[in-house]
Amino acid sequence: MSDTPVDASKRTWLIASGCAGVVGGAFTAVPFVSSLQPSERAKAAGAPVEVDISALKPGEKLTVEWRGKPVWVVRRTPEEVAALPKHDAELADPQSKRKPDELTPPYARNEARSIKPEVLVVVGICTHLGCSPGDKFQPGPQPSLPDDWPGGFLCPCHGSTFDLAGRVFKNKPAPDNLQVPPYMYVSDNRLLIGEDKKSKA
Amino acid sequence: MAQFKEISPNATATQKLANWFDNRFPTLGAEYRKHVSEYYAPKNFNFWYIFGSLSLLVLVIQIVTGIFLTMHYKPDAASAFGSVEYIMRDVPWGWLIRYMHSTGASAFFIVVYLHMYRGLIYGSYRRPRELVWLFGCAIFLALMAEAFMGYLLPWGQMSYWGAQVIINLFSAIPFIGPDLSEWIRGDYVVGDATLNRFFAFHVIAVPLVLLGLVVAHLLALHDVGSNNPDGVEIKGPNAKLDAHGHPVDGVPFHPYYTVHDIFGVSVFLMVFSAIIFFAPEVGGYFLEYNNFIPADSLKTPLHIAPVWYFTPFYSMLRAITTEMMYALSAILLITVAWVLIKTSASALTKALLVILAVAFLWMFGTFDFLGIAALQGIDAKFWGVVVMGGAVVILFFLPWLDKSPVKSIRYRPGWHKAVFGVFIVDFVVLAYLGTQPPSPAGERISQLGTLFYFGFFLLMPWWTRRGEFKPVPERITFAAH
Repeated sequence: MSDTPVDASKRTWLIASGCAGVVGGAFTAVPFVSSLQPSERAKAAGAPVEVDISALKPGEKLTVEWRGKPVWVVRRTPEEVAALPKHDAELADPQSKRKPDELTPPYARNEARSIKPEVLVVVGICTHLGCSPGDKFQPGPQPSLPDDWPGGFLCPCHGSTFDLAGRVFKNKPAPDNLQVPPYMYVSDNRLLIGEDKKSKA
Repeated sequence: MAQFKEISPNATATQKLANWFDNRFPTLGAEYRKHVSEYYAPKNFNFWYIFGSLSLLVLVIQIVTGIFLTMHYKPDAASAFGSVEYIMRDVPWGWLIRYMHSTGASAFFIVVYLHMYRGLIYGSYRRPRELVWLFGCAIFLALMAEAFMGYLLPWGQMSYWGAQVIINLFSAIPFIGPDLSEWIRGDYVVGDATLNRFFAFHVIAVPLVLLGLVVAHLLALHDVGSNNPDGVEIKGPNAKLDAHGHPVDGVPFHPYYTVHDIFGVSVFLMVFSAIIFFAPEVGGYFLEYNNFIPADSLKTPLHIAPVWYFTPFYSMLRAITTEMMYALSAILLITVAWVLIKTSASALTKALLVILAVAFLWMFGTFDFLGIAALQGIDAKFWGVVVMGGAVVILFFLPWLDKSPVKSIRYRPGWHKAVFGVFIVDFVVLAYLGTQPPSPAGERISQLGTLFYFGFFLLMPWWTRRGEFKPVPERITFAAH
C-alpha cells in the first residue's frame, strides 16, 4: 500500500461508473428471464373446444382436452343431483364463495355448480398440486374413502376428495373446489368449453 | 518469474520430463503436493470416510454416462419417450449406459446421505469446518435440482406428474406463486417448453454449479483439514508435530488413503454392478413402473410418488394438513409463553416475539381475528411447502444449532446415541411413508415424524448440552494394524 492520499474525485467516479455498470448488467438479465415465459405460440394454443354430449348417458363421464388440461363433462343422475345439498356440512366451501372469479363463473354459483343441474363441467385438475383426480362415483365405504362417501372424485396424489359437483371436502390438502371453466351451450347437446356469453377466455 | 531449475544431465528421462514441466507449469506439482501427496489426513479414518470419495466417483460416472446419453436422447415432448426406448433397445450397449445413469442417480443419494450422516455423528460441521458443511449442503440442494430435472427427461407418466406436482408447489406462494410456476413451466401445463428447458438445466447449467461447489467443498476442506471419528484436531495449535512439521496423527492422503479408497471403490462397484445387471429397477424404487408408460396430460396414475430419495421430504409436505396447523399453532403459543415466563430476554425482544407470533397465527388462519384479509389464513398447502423447504434449509444451520461441548458421538452421553438412532428411524419411516398412498394412519405417523425431525434440529441448542460427556483424549485413538 502506498502513502499517497486517496483522490476523492477519482474515487467518486469509480463508484459512480461501478454502479452504472451494475444497473446495466441487471437490465441485461431482463431478456434472459423473460425468455422463460410462455411463448407466443403457447399463448395462442388456447382456443375453445366444442363437445357433443348427446351420447353421454347418466352416470357417465367424458374427458376433453382444453389448453392441455383435462376437462370433465359428467351427466349426473337426478338422484345424485338431489343428494348434493345433503353433505354441505362436510365441505370446505359448499357455496363456491372462495375465489369465485377464478374458480366459479356466475352461472355455476349454485348447489350443482353447473348451468344445467345434471351436466357438470369442471377442469379435472386438483387444486392442491395439479394431479388429475380419479372417478369414485359409487357411494358407500371403499378403500381410501370414508364410510359415508356420497360419490365423487379422489385425488391419488395427496388424498383430496371432491363431491359430484367438484366441491372439496373439509380438512383435505386441496384448498379449493375444482375449477369450472367458462362454457356455454351452443345447442341442447353441444357445449363450447373455453368461452361463454360474457367473456372470451 | 521463478528461478529456472537445471537438472543433472545424468538424470533419468522421467526426471527430466518432470523438471521440464515443473519449470513451465509449477502449479501442477504444487497442487498435487498440496492436495494429494502431502495432504495430511488423520490416520484413524474408519469406513464412514469412504463416502466422500465415492460421491466423487459417482459424479464422474454420471457425467460420463450423461454425455453419452445426450448423443441419442431427444429433448422433445413428441420424441423423448421414444428416444429413451431407442437407447434401451437399439443403441449398442445403450441399455447399460442408461442403467448406469439411472442407478447412479440413486447411488449418488445413498452415498451423499451416508456422507452427511457421518458429518452429523462426528461433528464434522463444527468450527472451523462450517463452510465445508455449507458448501456440502449447497451441493445437496444442487443435486436435488439435478435429480428432479433429470427425472422429467424420460417423459413417462411419473416424470410428467412428478414435475407437475413439484412445479405446482411454487404456485402456493402468496401473490407471485401462480406466475412463478407458469414462468418455470414456460407454458400453462407441463409441456414441450418445460422438457426443453429442464434438459438444458440438467445437462449443463446445474452440473456446472455442482462442479464449482465440489471444488469449493474440497478446497475449504483442505484448508482446514479433515475431521476424524474422535473429533480431535490433528493440525490445531496444540497438536503434536513431527521433526518435518507434519502432524504426528496424520498420514499423507497418497498413498495411504488412495489405497483405502480403491478398496472402498471396489466394494462399491461390486454392489453397483450387481444392481445394474440383476435389478436395475430395484422393485420400482430406482425406476418407477409407471414411468414405462408415456406421459399423458389427461390421466394421472392412480398412485403417484417421487423417487425414494425425495420421499422423506415429500412425507413432510403431505403431513401439513389443516389439523396439523392447529398443532403447530399450539406449539408456537407454548414456545412464546415459555420465553415470556422463563427467560430473561429484554422487553423489546419479548414484544417483537409476541408481534411475530400473532402475525404467524394470523397467517396460519387457525383463528379468525383482526379482520384483515391480506395474507390471512394462507392455505395449509403453502405451509407444507415451507415445511418441506425448511427440512432441507435447516441443515445449513447445523453448525450453529449443535452446542455439544465435544464434536464426536464417541464422547457424547449414551442417550445422545439413542437420539441419533431415533432420528435415523424417523428419516427411514418418513421415506417409506412417502412412497405409500395416503392413509389416515400414515398421515398421523408422518405428522409425528415431521415434529421429531424439526424438534431434533431446533431443540439442539438445548439437548446437545445435556448429559455426562466423556473426556476427549489429547490425541486420536489409533492402534496400528
